[in-house]
Amino acid sequence: MHKILIIGEHDGKTLNPATAKCVTCAAGIPEAEITVAVFGADTSTVATQAAALSGVKAVLRVDRAENLHPLAAIFAPQLAALAADYTHVFGPSTSFGKDLMPRTAALLGVAQVSDLMAVEGAYRFRRPIYAGNAIVTVEADPSRKLIATVRVASFQAAPAGGNATVASKSLDVSLPSHTRYIGAKSGSTDRPDLQTAARVISGGRALGSAENFKLLFSLADKLGAAVGASRAAVDAGYAPNEMQVGQTGKIISPEIYIAIGISGAIQHLTGIKDARTIVAINKDGEAPIFEVADVGLVGDLFQIVPELERLIG
Amino acid sequence: MQKIMVGIKRVVDFNVRIRVKADGSGVMLDGLKMSVNPFDEIALEEALRIKERGSNIEVVAVSIGVADTQQQLRTALAMGADRAILVQTDAAIEPLTAAKVFLALAKQENPDLILLGKQAIDDDANQTGQMLAALWERPQATFASKIEFSTGKASVTSEVDAGLKTIEVDLPAVMTVDLRLNEPRYVKLPDIMKAKKKPLDVTSLDALSVGATGWLKTLKTEPPPQRQKGIMVKDAAELVEVLKKKGLI
Repeated sequence: MHKILIIGEHDGKTLNPATAKCVTCAAGIPEAEITVAVFGADTSTVATQAAALSGVKAVLRVDRAENLHPLAAIFAPQLAALAADYTHVFGPSTSFGKDLMPRTAALLGVAQVSDLMAVEGAYRFRRPIYAGNAIVTVEADPSRKLIATVRVASFQAAPAGGNATVASKSLDVSLPSHTRYIGAKSGSTDRPDLQTAARVISGGRALGSAENFKLLFSLADKLGAAVGASRAAVDAGYAPNEMQVGQTGKIISPEIYIAIGISGAIQHLTGIKDARTIVAINKDGEAPIFEVADVGLVGDLFQIVPELERLIG
Repeated sequence: MQKIMVGIKRVVDFNVRIRVKADGSGVMLDGLKMSVNPFDEIALEEALRIKERGSNIEVVAVSIGVADTQQQLRTALAMGADRAILVQTDAAIEPLTAAKVFLALAKQENPDLILLGKQAIDDDANQTGQMLAALWERPQATFASKIEFSTGKASVTSEVDAGLKTIEVDLPAVMTVDLRLNEPRYVKLPDIMKAKKKPLDVTSLDALSVGATGWLKTLKTEPPPQRQKGIMVKDAAELVEVLKKKGLI
């Protein structure tokens, strides 16, 4: 049997869907017994959400005042202590997991496998390198604990319907005081979350200004879509960093991805190649985005986007 | 602040499209242009800006790799690093081993700050900085897009999935940098000449008592599945019609 511990990501109120995707990844391991740990100041709500995920056997609550904000320096020693009873420890390949998991691995003295995209065995996985231009199959030593991050775009979220036990766990771990949380700033939005949305509309440098991005927001609201941006658009200041899609931004797998005024640099394509359908609108018919698009339209986005909005009505 | 250590990795140049070997044994690297990992260049630029704002700060560029990695360290010296250390090895170095090497160097050099790129664009692992911070038992600030110092500590704003997050860390600390922290300077010809005279020490894994442990076996390397080129439509109306037929809108 393989005992798999997943660190749950949440904001105190809602369990991030990345956690449900980690559960699906973990369920692919032969004879998996899955536990989700949630760290926080009060994890009662998110623990209930984790317990409802199909495939989860147990949920461990690690409530502690210091756990109010996710700081890797604070979480890692606790996760490393908790890991003692498990063969595998998984976290999502989100900014939370990328920060936390390698620190945990090093405290345990073991390597980490980053960005699992497919499970081929309990210790054998596929992962992307070179911005997704090559896929390697790697095997870890079964005699050691396996630490990994899960490329969330590669897995569907585990459905509801689970009924896991929930228990509180107190860990006797001393925590450092050298790292302190100051604050966070997020562009609050009523639109769907970019990372998990079924529909995404993204804009590139051709939008020309932050003001013009409103065209996309308006269309997105008609479609119930999230809005993303290319690195070029973020660098130009047209969109905030959390909207960036690509190798160094978010890697997403929506049902439909509509790229508007995006030429399709390889680093951008890395972030969208798991999309079910890619639609490209660009005035340059030679743009590389058309090589991967399922449906392409060459033309002026400033005419096409308002027309689309009108036609969708 | 007296000393900043910056990690420099030699990688296939950002603009080169790599290809997978036909027998699946790896990626074809022969003859490809090699450069400083772009994120490491940003880390070095930040170190240089801190140096230029302060006084008597030494910037030490460190790398692990084959003998030719001296080229990338010379680039770092030309950008403005004061000296460089190459831990020369032909072995494939995984992130945990790299972290152990940097730890050994940190114990020799006692830097106030270690700056690294958030990831290398070859293996895309995004691990070394966090592992180093754990082994060094010091704070980490990852994906930094803004760094401000006050006495003995730093405030670091990071690019996270939800937006921006700010933390405060005591020094010494490890920071990994993101794209938008700064724009690295171009190297000028006179600086390249000057860099030739700057010290570049070569040492080895043995000298630092670090073994080149291979933690992971790579069994196979394959090209990614390719998406097929789809259809072209003539206008917005036809696009809407196609998407409706596919049940997508």
